[in-house]
Amino acid sequence: MFIGLSQQGNPRGVPASRMSVEKRVEVTLESTLESVNQAEQIAVQFAGKAGFSEEDTHKVGMAVRESMVNAVLHGNRYDPQKKAGLRLELDHGRLVIIVTDQGEGFEMDHIPDPLAEENLLRQSGRGIFLIRAFMDELHMRRLEPRGMEVRMVKYPSVESSKEE
Amino acid sequence: MSIKASTRQVDSVTVVDLSGRITLGEGSTVLRETVRELLNRGQKKILLNLGDVTYIDSSGIGELVSGFTTVTNGGGQLKLLNLTKKVHDLLQITKLYTVFEVHNDEASAIRSFA
Repeated sequence: MFIGLSQQGNPRGVPASRMSVEKRVEVTLESTLESVNQAEQIAVQFAGKAGFSEEDTHKVGMAVRESMVNAVLHGNRYDPQKKAGLRLELDHGRLVIIVTDQGEGFEMDHIPDPLAEENLLRQSGRGIFLIRAFMDELHMRRLEPRGMEVRMVKYPSVESSKEE
Repeated sequence: MSIKASTRQVDSVTVVDLSGRITLGEGSTVLRETVRELLNRGQKKILLNLGDVTYIDSSGIGELVSGFTTVTNGGGQLKLLNLTKKVHDLLQITKLYTVFEVHNDEASAIRSFA
């Protein structure tokens, strides 16, 4: 369930035809599994309308899904008092995505390399690796007084038709 | 669309036909329960047919790995059949393609268990 929307974005309430002219969507989401699916759908729709190729759109959707899993599960720990944020913005053809949570945060250095031999058969720990693989830029930082911000950028590939 | 799983027996091998999305939540749970149930019934030769799996996230990958290690540690074999390009690419970049035995033909996959 969305609890907050920017004046520029309401991907569920606005007809798809209007999505095409939007340059920014911002939503606040509950810390639930359903929010993960919603965030992925919003990102896929936004990237598709922005002219990204099917393959790139899939990658964007997956990166947002993994980011939102980190936010609501590992960050907010499904705490109903804590929210997750998702912002998608077109900036000169680039798709800039920011996912935030209100959890305790973590250090990138503490994340084991999922490709290391000793970690290959671990059940978890591949989310951030996949985000990095699918997006062109990934920046993570702690927020004050708490929380994490994940900033991802996707450049349109040769196959993608640029909207701007 | 979440995951659907159905099993069938081909010789000594249990083929699990999966379709839909293997993602955090129901998708991962269905896969985990299916493999666990097969092991409980003594079925130790398991072939996961992923031909109709449209999407796997990191949780789904983790569940595949977990199933593989559980079956292997129990003295069985778990192999994969019919990867879509997206799933194939995911296993490649996570280096798991070399961990799993992957087949593109069911008949030869069945024979490989002998």
